[in-house]
Amino acid sequence: MSEHVTAVVIGAGHAGLAASHFLSLHSIDHVVLERGEVANSWRHERWDSLRLLTPNWLTGLPGHPYDGADPDGYLTSDGVADHIASFAVRSGAPVRTGCEVASVRRTPEGYAVGTSAGRYLCRAVVIASGACNLPAVPAAAAALPGSVEQLTPFDYRTPDQLPEGAVLVVGASATGVQLAAELTRSGRPVTVAVGEHVRLPRVYRGRDVLWWMLSSGVWDERYDEIDDLSRARSLPSPQLVGTPERASLDLNTLTAEGVELVGRLAAVRDGRVLFSGGLRNLFTLADLKQQRLLDTFDTWAATALGEVEPGERPEPTRRPSQTRLHLDLESGEFRTVLWATGYRPDYSWLQVPVLDAKGHLRHDGGVILDSPGLYALGLPVLRRRKSTFIHGIEDDAREVIDSLVEFLAGR
Amino acid sequence: MTATQNPVADNGVNVQALLEARTALIGAPEAAQFTWRATSSWQNGVHSQIKVQNFFGLGEEQNHKAEHVFDADHPAVFAAEDNGITPIEFLLVGLASCLSAGVASVAQNRGIQLRSVESSVEGHHDIRGILGADSDVRNGFNDITVSFKIDADASPEEIEALVAQSQKRSAVFDALTNPTDVTVEVV
Repeated sequence: MSEHVTAVVIGAGHAGLAASHFLSLHSIDHVVLERGEVANSWRHERWDSLRLLTPNWLTGLPGHPYDGADPDGYLTSDGVADHIASFAVRSGAPVRTGCEVASVRRTPEGYAVGTSAGRYLCRAVVIASGACNLPAVPAAAAALPGSVEQLTPFDYRTPDQLPEGAVLVVGASATGVQLAAELTRSGRPVTVAVGEHVRLPRVYRGRDVLWWMLSSGVWDERYDEIDDLSRARSLPSPQLVGTPERASLDLNTLTAEGVELVGRLAAVRDGRVLFSGGLRNLFTLADLKQQRLLDTFDTWAATALGEVEPGERPEPTRRPSQTRLHLDLESGEFRTVLWATGYRPDYSWLQVPVLDAKGHLRHDGGVILDSPGLYALGLPVLRRRKSTFIHGIEDDAREVIDSLVEFLAGR
Repeated sequence: MTATQNPVADNGVNVQALLEARTALIGAPEAAQFTWRATSSWQNGVHSQIKVQNFFGLGEEQNHKAEHVFDADHPAVFAAEDNGITPIEFLLVGLASCLSAGVASVAQNRGIQLRSVESSVEGHHDIRGILGADSDVRNGFNDITVSFKIDADASPEEIEALVAQSQKRSAVFDALTNPTDVTVEVV
């Protein structure tokens, strides 16, 4: 038995529900298919201490602003899940929970979506299953000695679950620096292998850095105006954490707390992990990039706000006099390796040839040109820089659903 | 240089060709596979002569316009004849030239006119390693420092960014800072 609907939305997170909101405004009958419950990843796939990188006043969804008591705070993952769940109720989204998508195929009329709870036939599909379904772990992981426990952020919940002993955290983006800080505060010696990273102060000139991103217009830069779009879309998440103290969390913070920094993990050989000797240049690149961004804010502040005083700049990343180039994992000192090396989407169910060689969707601002009627939402820099953040979904979803409506109308 | 005469930077790098190649190779990764080659012939003592002429790339055999010949030897303090620079100095040659090429290319791409780019490279080397005098000392460099002196129409931050970007895209910087799988065989 197959159910006919006009549109199927895959995933009931913020993106899928925003799509549903605009589909409803256009009176397009649709269903939102969700493998678990609403906001499932936030509910079940995050570590305990995680808080959103965006302040609460920036977490509004279409017709559903944050209206709690702490606009400058940062939601916990349960808080995000609750916020998304109340949006689902408020917008009356037709969510089918516990309905896992197993396949999406083309049909002469559109698409067939096979699920754990029956098949849907539709004319259009919106893929809103997220960009972070699986951990991206480098191939070198397979060469680590068996005596070392390996974890990804999907396995990690609290420091208590790790064996005693030193931890190697691989990766220094938001996930890596947050978990390194938490683990070192739990009393474990922590070494962080640092690759290319994006440095941001939590607060600049008294305001949250994301306020500056939004207000100065940086976040509104469109995908078709960005020089190197594939790079913008694959940029690591900024070194930020959301805490009540609004503290910055950069490599200097980690060093001050006793964390050892080493270069990018380059290879594993005979039980030894080898690190790049190019760490200093990564500091320079991140510091310069941060300065350029803060220059942009200063320029904007001078013209738009009449605030001509330059802001106080974060101190440059302190260079260790020497960094370790290798580490013996068989000595017993290091018991755990935590792969904070990023995430990737899972499109194993998508049987329409629209992926590039790296497994990412080929799309033009969320419109999948190679397969009419197929759309995507909730991916990094989908249509604008802010697309990566919850706040960006409203404009993206409105425009992508406008395209979908035009497609249905045969325009 | 006066800005009115030539507002466009010209560092002699054909960035347009490089950008076109980058675009073309995104869709043809097999054409991007290059093999660089050198042949070496032992002369006498610790003196060898190395010749470089052909390489493979863009799907076919390629040639430098002439064969380049290099002599590698060791100086008198190593009780050798000093017919050429030492092998480890060739690494410094490679690093300095690669980073300088990068600076010129990035500057061209960013519209920055260069007037001079000077660099000096130092590799710090404890030769007890190669002499087998102390097994805890490595054979290779302990560390390398490169200092650039650049005169260009750019701010100090822009110049620092040029040098940082040239490291980021440098083949030799990568080859020196990251491990490489090396096979040596007898045929």
